[in-house]
Amino acid sequence: MSRSFFAKHPSVLIFIAVLAIFTIMVTLASDAYGFGWLSTSYIKTLGKTLSLCLVALAMDLIWGYAGILTLGHMAFFALGGYLIGMWLMYARTEEIVVQALAHGGLPATPEEISQGIASQIFGVVGTSDLPAIWSFAYSLPLQLALALAVPGLLALVFGWLAFRSRVTGVYLSILTQAMTLALALYLYQNDSGLRGNNGLSGLQNLPGLTETSQDLVSIWFFWASALALGLGYLTLAWAVSGKFGSVIRAIRDDEARVRFLGYPVELYKLFLFTLTALIAALAGVLYYPQAGIINPAELAPIASIYLAVWVAIGGRGRLYGAVIGAAFVSLLSSVFTSGRLPNIPLGPVWLSWVDWWLVLLGAAFVAVTLFAPKGISGVFDRYQRIAPPDRKGAPLGPADGSLQKQEAQA
Amino acid sequence: MSALLEVSGISVSFDGFRAINNLSFSIGPAELRAIIGPNGAGKTTFMDIVTGKTRPDQGTITFGERAVSLLGMSEARIAREGIGRKFQRPTVFEDQSVQDNLLLALKAARSPWCVLIWKPKASDLARVQVLAHEVGLADQLQRKSGELSHGQKQWLEIAMLLAQEPRLLLVDEPAAGMTPSEREQTTSLLVSLAKTRAVVVVEHDMDFVRRLNCRVTVLHEGAVLAEGSLDHVTRDQQVISVYLGRG
Amino acid sequence: MDGRAAGQAAKVDLTALNPNAGVRGVIAAALVPFTLSNPDPARRAEALTSIARDPTAETLAPLRASINREPDPAIKAQKTRLERFLTLRFDPDPAARVAAIDALGADTALDVRAALNPLIATTLVAAASPPDGNIARTLRLGRDIGETAAYELLVSAQLAPARLTLEDQRVALIANIADGKVVGVPVADLNSQAARDLVYTALEEAGKVPTAATDDEARAALASHGFYEVFLEPDVTVTAAAHAAMDRIQANVAVMQAADLGLDALSLAAIYFLAAIGLAITFGVMGVINMAHGEFITIGAYTGFVVQLFVPDYTLSILIALPLAFAVTFAAGVAMERLVIRHLYKRPLETLLATFGISIALQQILKNVFGTQARPLTAPGWLDGALTFNDVVSISYIRIAIFVLALLFLCSFLYLMKRTRLGLEVRAVTQNPAMAASMGINPDRINMLTFGLGSGIAGVAGVAIGLYAKVTSEMGADYIVQSFMTVVVGGVGNVWGALAGASMIGGLQKLIEFLNPANTLAAQTYMILFIILFIQVRPRGIIALRGRAAGD
Repeated sequence: MSRSFFAKHPSVLIFIAVLAIFTIMVTLASDAYGFGWLSTSYIKTLGKTLSLCLVALAMDLIWGYAGILTLGHMAFFALGGYLIGMWLMYARTEEIVVQALAHGGLPATPEEISQGIASQIFGVVGTSDLPAIWSFAYSLPLQLALALAVPGLLALVFGWLAFRSRVTGVYLSILTQAMTLALALYLYQNDSGLRGNNGLSGLQNLPGLTETSQDLVSIWFFWASALALGLGYLTLAWAVSGKFGSVIRAIRDDEARVRFLGYPVELYKLFLFTLTALIAALAGVLYYPQAGIINPAELAPIASIYLAVWVAIGGRGRLYGAVIGAAFVSLLSSVFTSGRLPNIPLGPVWLSWVDWWLVLLGAAFVAVTLFAPKGISGVFDRYQRIAPPDRKGAPLGPADGSLQKQEAQA
Repeated sequence: MSALLEVSGISVSFDGFRAINNLSFSIGPAELRAIIGPNGAGKTTFMDIVTGKTRPDQGTITFGERAVSLLGMSEARIAREGIGRKFQRPTVFEDQSVQDNLLLALKAARSPWCVLIWKPKASDLARVQVLAHEVGLADQLQRKSGELSHGQKQWLEIAMLLAQEPRLLLVDEPAAGMTPSEREQTTSLLVSLAKTRAVVVVEHDMDFVRRLNCRVTVLHEGAVLAEGSLDHVTRDQQVISVYLGRG
Repeated sequence: MDGRAAGQAAKVDLTALNPNAGVRGVIAAALVPFTLSNPDPARRAEALTSIARDPTAETLAPLRASINREPDPAIKAQKTRLERFLTLRFDPDPAARVAAIDALGADTALDVRAALNPLIATTLVAAASPPDGNIARTLRLGRDIGETAAYELLVSAQLAPARLTLEDQRVALIANIADGKVVGVPVADLNSQAARDLVYTALEEAGKVPTAATDDEARAALASHGFYEVFLEPDVTVTAAAHAAMDRIQANVAVMQAADLGLDALSLAAIYFLAAIGLAITFGVMGVINMAHGEFITIGAYTGFVVQLFVPDYTLSILIALPLAFAVTFAAGVAMERLVIRHLYKRPLETLLATFGISIALQQILKNVFGTQARPLTAPGWLDGALTFNDVVSISYIRIAIFVLALLFLCSFLYLMKRTRLGLEVRAVTQNPAMAASMGINPDRINMLTFGLGSGIAGVAGVAIGLYAKVTSEMGADYIVQSFMTVVVGGVGNVWGALAGASMIGGLQKLIEFLNPANTLAAQTYMILFIILFIQVRPRGIIALRGRAAGD
């Protein structure tokens, strides 16, 4: 990363600096390494927020830069979580089972151990056989590789099918939404091999570190999330600063023209779709051990739409906008839904924040779309006095019926 | 002289309407050709077919010395083969600077991975300078192209086409919305371009076509009606009746 | 036993004793033959029902005797039918039974199948050589019967010793630990199954534990025995005839199930059509994706619920609710168009997002107002029940009503679009808004009305859906993805497309559910997968606009 890169893009340097300072401050405020001002659960919330910022980065790359509004990327996020959760749950259950069998009078046989693990994990859905998809759950490296490979492969296949047949615009949004819905419905089944609607739980307990307090574990994951976010930001900022960024923004603005310049637009989209799915999966791998539980509700289409909401509110088409949006909205959401805010008396009824927060969010989102398409980070533009670019160009001619169609596909 | 582009017997219909009807056309490697014809003659559809936007129902299209078939190729692939197209409306990427637009068009590897690690070399930047200079945008390189005037956008688009270094250039109504002096400039540019490559100009404006001083193909109802010098075709009885009959 | 004599005795007993319930049942059964000739037809029908419920050989003779004397033709037919059922089970002459079975033909009624089932009931038998009796078939080990099940059969027939479970083995080993060793092997070494088996065999040889079948022994036992399904009914001709009759009936049932499935699919398609048509209108005419469409459906359903709070008569309340739901959601749609969508034309992705924000807010507002529990929307009494063709094919009246409603909407929509001035203007705006504007059509007004119309239909769909599904704040969201799929699969901008899409999705969903009945969730997954693949083949839907107008 040359000096000129930072010189040309000072926002990257600022972002990294802010992230570093934030990480140090949180560390100093933690129970484990500092003065204990922040509770462990709040550190987890912050760590989770950083992972969400990472997936928001991915969303911004594919939607803000390339104009592909996918409404299914939280599926990849959750898949990553599920796959790492399998190892966490398996390895942790193995410890417990081995311990329990140790008191049985005879040393445990491998069959007894795997039988014990299977019935521990799957007793809740009424079976005691370990499904084939758990074949690699015993190994962290293998399962980690799967946590990236499976979402990546899914994105590759789905993206190939979708982009090959030139599904674009709102069609693509709806198709991706259908994809995540299909996956969620599949996982809801008890015989999906992932415990149906119970999902995976107890993921906060790291195998082999049973004695370690959650105070320490939470700050480790916070660091890991911060590191991933920092590296992700640097990589993506580098990628979009060059000709690649130029091409994908061109695809967003006029994909047919890019095609006539000789760029394989579909290949670019597939590349982006898969890349962002991988980033989302990585974020999920970091998120769910901090959340402790994952279930099929995490794949509901609404989750992916929230992702779009964050990016839109933060300001799409710039990486820090996505991070600001994700951090702002998800932290605000956790404040409002915590139930700790006092209710507001409105004559005979009490207005409860928990109930009305979503209404507020929905309305705010509509307002942002209507009045502030650049989101929160539009404020920075005003500060720097950047005039809004005139993207739409000359007024459309009289026969613009077809042009509208063209835009609908852009 | 072997043809650079050889189109033979193509037909295409939309919902029963035959937009192109058994059309054949060929152009040499360094030739200027004007295509004229009344509205609905199939000029734009013809360009769409050559650039891969529309698939013909039948017929063949071959390109280059090795006569590779363009049928079944994607638009991007055809563009990489060396066919550039200029649209009627200037389409530049308005959110990006003039320099970025030109770098985007510059002939280079097009695959995502190559583009990701691509860095402009000094020669690339120099080439951009030269191109910008040619179209009079040398001092506008850092401006957002959305801020350019309509005419400047036209010129930027032409510079982008040149940056692509196509062997065949398809130009759709270049004179539309230009001032007389700009037209003159365009004419001479097209004529000089055609010395090293094939250029096909679709145009309504007879004066403009006359100034190009080249072979003319007249399209009517999706087929070639006449071909030859402008004087030759304007004397053709069928051409006269088609044009006058339509007003 | 002579029926008459028994009857007399029973009469005397009845007056003499006060029998308890069990005895009374026995007596009632004994009385049945006499009731068959009772002058009161209701009593006779009652008797027939009681015989049908609990058929015995004794009732056959009195039943036969009573048929000829039966004056009521309906009861006579019933008696004849019942006589046949009794004959095929209890007649001493096999030929008569076969004749009775053959006379059934391919009748799919449940009672016919119930009468035939005992004749073809079988038991599993394990034996060294084929057993006597009416063997249905010989089971092949591993294919027709699993090894574990087969061995259990052997054990329960006491043809082989029980196998040692791992748990028993463990207990036995622990019981024989001495000085940290079992027959000389240190306990710590018993950490594999092979080691444990070895030690257990040693214990067996020492006579310290009961002998248990090893794998080899079990396999030998399985190999030396055959496994058979044996009919409970000894007569071969009867079972063969019953099997043949059952096959005929099954084939017939399959056809009828297909018909039933078709009806189900049709009614599901009608629901999807209702849910999707509003979306198809706004998407097709205006290029606007309305993510809040699902919430409009919900609003329609809640409108019906509120109307029923005030109007207790269900028929009247539904008649009020339908137009009211249309009006409410029409107004909501117009308001939304004016306030939000108007400002976002030509930015389809942003419209999608903004309407999504509205959807989030509306759903939560509905939840806050009406609570999270399901609210009832009760159909009028005359819609209760089902139109039953036979024991297999039936369809509930509510579904028929929804189907009729969907048809009504299709017709009135077609009329509106093809025959009215408004329809003409809408089509003009769809094809070329600027041109339409220059002809004096106000596109703003048309867009507003179109959006209102689409939303209004969603409201009516909400009432219809609410009648058979529960009304919750999330019910619309359940339909939104399906509705989009319907529009996308069918082809945008075309009411026929919505119809085709709805038929296809409804039909397919029912088909998948039929093939995999245990799992409606999986059905939806496969459905969506199918749609994703379908779009590969027809990216623009079943009924696609083609040519230059489609912008392709």
